[in-house]
Amino acid sequence: MVLERLMHMIRKEFIQVFRNPKMRAIVLVMPLIQSMVFGYAVTTDVKNVPTAIYDQAETPESRDLIDRFIHSGYFSVKTIIRSDREIDELLDNGEVAAVLRIPSDFSAKIASGSTAAVQIIVDGTDSNTAGVVLSYAGNIIRNDAIELMQKQIGNQDWEPLGVNLQTRAWFNENLTSRNFYVPGVIAAIVMLVTLLLTSMSVVREKEMGTMEQIVVTPIKPIEFILGKTMPSIILGFVNMIFVTLISVFWFDIPVRGSLMTLFIANGFYLMTTIGIGLFISTISDTQQQAMMSTFFFFLPALLLSGFMFPIANMPEVVQAFTYFNPLRYFLIIIRGVFLKGVGVTILWPQILALFILGTFVLTLSVKKFRKNLA
Amino acid sequence: MLVSNNSEYAVTVKDLEKRFGSFQAVNKVSFQVRRGEIFGFLGPNGAGKSTTMRMLCGIIIPTAGEATVNGFDVFHQAEQIKNHIGYMSQKFSLYEDLTVEENIDFYSGIYQIPMVEKKNRKDWVVKMAGLDEHRNSLTAILPGGWRQRLALGCALLHKPPVIFLDEPTSGVDPISRRSFWELIYQLAAEGITVFVTTHYMDEAEYCDRLAMIYRGELVAIGTPDELKVKYMNNDVLNLECLDPFGALQAVNGIPEIREAALFGRGLHLAVNDASSSIPIIIKALQERKLVYTRLEKIIPSLEDVFVSIIESRDSSAGL
Ligand SMILES: Nc1ncnc2c1ncn2[C@@H]1O[C@H](COP(=O)(O)OP(=O)(O)OP(=O)(O)O)[C@@H](O)[C@H]1O
Ligand SMILES: [Mg+2]
Repeated sequence: MVLERLMHMIRKEFIQVFRNPKMRAIVLVMPLIQSMVFGYAVTTDVKNVPTAIYDQAETPESRDLIDRFIHSGYFSVKTIIRSDREIDELLDNGEVAAVLRIPSDFSAKIASGSTAAVQIIVDGTDSNTAGVVLSYAGNIIRNDAIELMQKQIGNQDWEPLGVNLQTRAWFNENLTSRNFYVPGVIAAIVMLVTLLLTSMSVVREKEMGTMEQIVVTPIKPIEFILGKTMPSIILGFVNMIFVTLISVFWFDIPVRGSLMTLFIANGFYLMTTIGIGLFISTISDTQQQAMMSTFFFFLPALLLSGFMFPIANMPEVVQAFTYFNPLRYFLIIIRGVFLKGVGVTILWPQILALFILGTFVLTLSVKKFRKNLA
Repeated sequence: MLVSNNSEYAVTVKDLEKRFGSFQAVNKVSFQVRRGEIFGFLGPNGAGKSTTMRMLCGIIIPTAGEATVNGFDVFHQAEQIKNHIGYMSQKFSLYEDLTVEENIDFYSGIYQIPMVEKKNRKDWVVKMAGLDEHRNSLTAILPGGWRQRLALGCALLHKPPVIFLDEPTSGVDPISRRSFWELIYQLAAEGITVFVTTHYMDEAEYCDRLAMIYRGELVAIGTPDELKVKYMNNDVLNLECLDPFGALQAVNGIPEIREAALFGRGLHLAVNDASSSIPIIIKALQERKLVYTRLEKIIPSLEDVFVSIIESRDSSAGL
């Protein structure tokens, strides 16, 4: 291998990437946009749920409970209603997403020491949100019940076992969905950018006919392949660092573990994505095809990675597939490093999996690539 | 290396074949190219010109046969060949998104031109291509003729003894074609072997020697003059008239006329013997009251030769 030739290849690749407006956007703008989207827009936190109150009891106890709803921050009372009929109307036209109905015998039952029922009706169209709303409401009501109990038995410290614990887990006080998603963007962005860079830069040479010229020069296949992949590796790391900086300094997401672990894992992760990028370049003749193939791979990989949807909820057959998905492992590593502060001692199975997957994919692709070149 | 410097031939080809699946693109082609010669490869679209050239440059591997370039075997020494040839593919193949200088720098890096020579070679290419004022222009915006000269320059950076040019002047205006051929002559004068494909007949006339290729087969080879004598066993008559289409119909039934083809403002007629055929043709024209301004025996052009060879091939193949 001749270093001079390699350096000239890499230099040329960088000039081309940064001179091409589309490529520039992919490398520089996309990571920023994705971080912002997942930092601000995509959130499963439920706040200010539009709510209607139907207070049939109208007693001090019922008003206490309503106060709790208002002050929780999760519910925003839009209207007070006075009939069952209105419930249907409001939910149907989407004016409110939840209705709190306190029956007229609410206070009487509390006074008599029997169980008082409260009804929460939610719009189940978005089942995710509905579930979260129900659990919030449940917690508010439970807290209310505890205080009532404390008053009745005259003991301020009385607590039903375990209730407090549950409350912490359910209440999303620290906006953890942002903490959960933004570091995940690193994995998604690094994959997408390096897949596109690698496959497009090779296919562009085929499409433009420059490949024909380059194979007549004394350049060795290994120099060509390294020349094509080194820029992807470098830009893959740059993107990783870039999104990490946004996470830490813009979104205040803590990095509790070692960045070194993240760097090493990123290196192995890049082996897989660049291997796949090279493979795509061998099966595509035009940049259009390379782009299509990239998304054909990337979208399922993203959906089946645990980035948005927990793998544990997927059918078992699909779960089996995810073991071949590098994104799956890298996400666990990233979230482990960022949120849990764990290191190689805990994450080594995922790091090893990436290494094995990377070696395998890269070897196969380079073999296929060299065969195509000859 | 020793072999390469001593051999009289820059390129030798024997029974070279290339099949793509069941399609025979090049069929048992044999020829030799002398050092310092301008060797032309002439043939219609799809004849197999590019395929032959790509085999010689080591881009594709031949299916069968033998070939050497500069003394190196195309099967086993493709890497050495690449160090000793320049190649300009049929499609413009420099980087359009790089500037003139960036392209030159890239290829001098790939060819490992020594540091001390780099600047000289670059200046030489820029001057040769006439691009002194466009050193920093993107290649994409250059007119066709300039691009071709730049491509030629980049293919010559490492001073190869043999250069392969695949239709270097297609899509280039006539004046640029002229100046491009002047460059080719200069290179040949410096001792560089030039292997060039074309389907321009006038360009074929500029070559020292020509090979005609048709449907993957070599159908004729020689100097342009040799071809005209050797492969034309007919006389060619030039008929100029006011109504070439009418004349074509008029002469169609005459058995002495082997071929008739529209040519410029008249017809070219291939006949066995000029002196005996002329009166017959005149009679046929007069019968139809067709006016002609000239009817005479001419030296056949390469196009006549080529058409004649192809037609005799096709008729013997029963097409
Ligand atoms: N890679 C390939 N696979 C299949 N067929 C091919 C391939 N390359 C060339 N051919 C076919 O081989 C034949 C010869 O092609 P070639 O490019 O050598 O022709 P050519 O003489 O250069 O013609 P042109 O003047 O159009 O450039 C054509 O019919 C072409 O379709
Ligand atoms: Mg061709």
